[in-house]
Amino acid sequence: MIEHLPILVVVVPLAAAAVVPLVGLRSTRAARGVMLAALAAAAALAVAALRQALAEGALHYQLGGWPPPWGIEYVVDPLAGGMAVLVAVFGLIVAVYTGPFLVGMPPLGAGGFCAVYLLLVTGLLGIVVTGDLFNLYVFLEISSLSAYALLALGGKRSLVASFRYLVLGTIAGSFYLLGIGYLYAITGTLNMADAAARLPAVAASPAFTVAVALIVIGLTIKLALFPLHGWLPDAYTYAPTPVTGFIAAVMTKVSAYALLRIFFFVLPGGGVADDALRLLGWAAAAAALAGSAMALAQTDVRRMLAYSSVGQIGYIVLGISIGTPLALTGALLHVLNHAVTKACLFLSAGGILFRTRVADVANYRGIARRLPISMAAFTVAAASIVGLPPTAGFFSKWYLLAAVLERGAWPFALALVGSSLLSAVYLFRVVERSYLGDAPEAAVASEASEGAPLELPLGMLVPIVLLAAGVLLLGVLSHAVVSQVIAFALPVDGGR
Amino acid sequence: MLTPSERPLAAVLVSLVAALLIAASGRRPNLRETWTFLAAIIKLALVASLLPGVLAGDVVESAPLTLVPGLALHLRADALGLLFALVASTLWLLTSLYSVGYMRAAGYEHQTSYFASFAVCVSATIGIAFAANLITFFIFYEILTVATYPLVVHFRTDEALAAGRKYLVYTLAAGQALLVAVIWAQTIAPGASFQPGGFLAGQASAPALALLFLLFIVGVGVKAGIMPLHGWLPAAMVAPTPVSALLHAVAVVKAGAFGSLRIVGYVFGVDLLAELGAGQVLAVAASATIIIASLRALGEGHLKRRLAYSTIAQLSYIVLGAALGSAAALAGAMFHIAAHGAMKITMFFCAGAIYTKAHVERIADLGGIGRRMPITMGAFAICAFGLAGIPPAVGFVSKWNLGVGALDAGHAPFLAVLVASGLLNIGYFFPIVHAAFFGGRQPPAFDDNGPALTLPLVVTALLAVVLGVYPDAGLSLYELAWQAARSVVAAGSGGAP
Repeated sequence: MIEHLPILVVVVPLAAAAVVPLVGLRSTRAARGVMLAALAAAAALAVAALRQALAEGALHYQLGGWPPPWGIEYVVDPLAGGMAVLVAVFGLIVAVYTGPFLVGMPPLGAGGFCAVYLLLVTGLLGIVVTGDLFNLYVFLEISSLSAYALLALGGKRSLVASFRYLVLGTIAGSFYLLGIGYLYAITGTLNMADAAARLPAVAASPAFTVAVALIVIGLTIKLALFPLHGWLPDAYTYAPTPVTGFIAAVMTKVSAYALLRIFFFVLPGGGVADDALRLLGWAAAAAALAGSAMALAQTDVRRMLAYSSVGQIGYIVLGISIGTPLALTGALLHVLNHAVTKACLFLSAGGILFRTRVADVANYRGIARRLPISMAAFTVAAASIVGLPPTAGFFSKWYLLAAVLERGAWPFALALVGSSLLSAVYLFRVVERSYLGDAPEAAVASEASEGAPLELPLGMLVPIVLLAAGVLLLGVLSHAVVSQVIAFALPVDGGR
Repeated sequence: MLTPSERPLAAVLVSLVAALLIAASGRRPNLRETWTFLAAIIKLALVASLLPGVLAGDVVESAPLTLVPGLALHLRADALGLLFALVASTLWLLTSLYSVGYMRAAGYEHQTSYFASFAVCVSATIGIAFAANLITFFIFYEILTVATYPLVVHFRTDEALAAGRKYLVYTLAAGQALLVAVIWAQTIAPGASFQPGGFLAGQASAPALALLFLLFIVGVGVKAGIMPLHGWLPAAMVAPTPVSALLHAVAVVKAGAFGSLRIVGYVFGVDLLAELGAGQVLAVAASATIIIASLRALGEGHLKRRLAYSTIAQLSYIVLGAALGSAAALAGAMFHIAAHGAMKITMFFCAGAIYTKAHVERIADLGGIGRRMPITMGAFAICAFGLAGIPPAVGFVSKWNLGVGALDAGHAPFLAVLVASGLLNIGYFFPIVHAAFFGGRQPPAFDDNGPALTLPLVVTALLAVVLGVYPDAGLSLYELAWQAARSVVAAGSGGAP
């Protein structure tokens, strides 16, 4: 069983995705049940794989028994295992949250939704466990296509936004494919480990430079790194809440993982790769400031959170670009922290939208009295984005700042600090208004009774509270996470 | 009971637990208030129990909790920390008594969040006092910022919200500067904790250390009210008076001043600062603050705002003492934490009593109030003159030490600053006292709400006088200040460990 863990992690949600539409024809509840069961199983398998990888080293699996480098190989080392746990667990949490959204959908619709969601999770899990460059492309496309479908479910505006994402995402995927095509041309292999062995010999060739450039552009679009972030704000704003919650939390992180994997485990250090990382660093610093600045200008909460994500992705890529163990630790910790934090923010904001139809920052006045728990979760998560102790965000920011200061890169330090202060402004606006503003009379009159709290149904509330608790716990326990998981996930030669 | 090493952590946690209990007892005010008093008494007992050990020269530490590789959350009770903790705990107990009287007399709303936030703030203050290293200090410093916000905006008026926003802008920006400084210091000197004489000497180039010092001072300077970072303080007077009393006379601003003492004495060291020339610069900045704030106070017509500017000036006494760097100056600065705390809190209590009973806020309307409220105004007068450095109140003790310290350090001009400040103090307080007792018309009739408002200010005024006559009374605060000052100076000159 243990040796099959890498493939099982991908196959279980995939098989469920095939079964769920048929089950969904019968009943929505059964479809949802199958989806939850599959995701729970995938999460358990991912955890088992991670523990195995931490205890005894990377798990290798050969698809169909064909040995690499010709066969496709799945490799679960601590980094992949950690990411797999992230994807699967978030998939599960958000799936629980989707309950009230599915109720009342015609059976095929609900079954279809669950199937596409499972395909998305499959795709993302595939990206993180694969050890083959082309296989990564395949799963990238699977996850992207599912994402386009899910993001389009929010009405007419989301159709347009999703189409735009489709165009840009396909371009991104094509760039990536071309890039690995060039790599194949110069090394003759698609297997990551094999390519890593063969690349140093050809690293001086122009083809290598082109390959790196193409891969970087492709992944940068997928990552929504400023200035190639254009698809993200619209896509996140108009999609249904659970979709945004999951995609915002996980999808860009998986692209960041792909970037890290390729730069630190495949490409040789020095020369072109270092130049590319330096460029990414500047883009990341710009992202951190620009994302937060643009968030300040937004009136819709979800759009504001989307731009906030652009900024936070900058933090992660900044860590990757600096490349020292401290920086990579910060980047990986922030991958985890931001996933939890952003999911909490989107799910609570979405829940508030669900209950009160309020999406504008200006109309958040007094919301805290009516949805106290959701707003409390939002506040905790907001504190994490700003980086206030003892939330998780403080600790990942600490590592990143320490890495930046160790390098003496003062502009980057200013970018991080500036971004935090801007985040404080746009998030504080919302929090202040919701706790200290007076509720608008019109909304109050239309609801059940004057001043009665309208908290969300349990199915939506439990994930939100869990995530908020996670923000605090990950902060307090950050040292444990770093020393017991992340430390093993770092590249062996310690990065650059 | 708890071993000495567990008590610092327990002292911090007591009011955190109380905050949760307070939040849960919102519907039963008497039970809710009981939690506050119980926590205050236990906290004071815990902190006071550490006194004998620290006086004997032991340093009590709690087990470190690793947060980041190489850095731990670490609490330690040394002389300076214990001094601050004792002041904060004692005054919290008295302020709680005053708060109950004040809030109930006026029937204010949101009392549960008020008492709960207060408890968290005091918890953070004790954490700051007992912090053994920069990361612990920083974490509690930021918690204090966040926990004081609900107290500043308590009345929920537009003015209060604007004051709250201003407060957050100043303190969060400073917090970022402090964060960068703390991380930079850790990069230069990994794993170091506060030690007398500092740990940064020789660790980096002089320009780098000077820049680092600037970042640190900006980081703590907002809370410490060093000009031009003081702007939030007068605006924050919109908070209820007990908030102004404890937080803006004792906890928040003293945390900033305490921070500057830690940075000067325990991170950089007096000698390093002298080498860098940074000590001089800080002394000049502090002196400028003292004079300008005192002049501003002269022109201020609102009683609490005048007290706010007085606070800004008095805090810079502490910063000045730290910058001068001689043993007497440091001792005077450290003792001033207690001295100013006791005197200023009395004056704020008086201002609050005057507001609650006679509904008077502006100095122009204070005429004759002393005849109606002799005890209150008497306490105010004693403490006002104490701030100017006139006995019997304790201000004389710290000011004398600061003056001697200035001469010891060879910087006589700063003595002139202290003297000038004393004169200005008289200039802006004497008219108040005079008008109150000998002023014109009869004040409007008011309701006397019983002892809850008057008792605490009598106690704190008595405290100020007792400490003035016998500075080591009860809690050996003067001894603690000198012990800390001597350790800082001795370590700096390579003296005995």
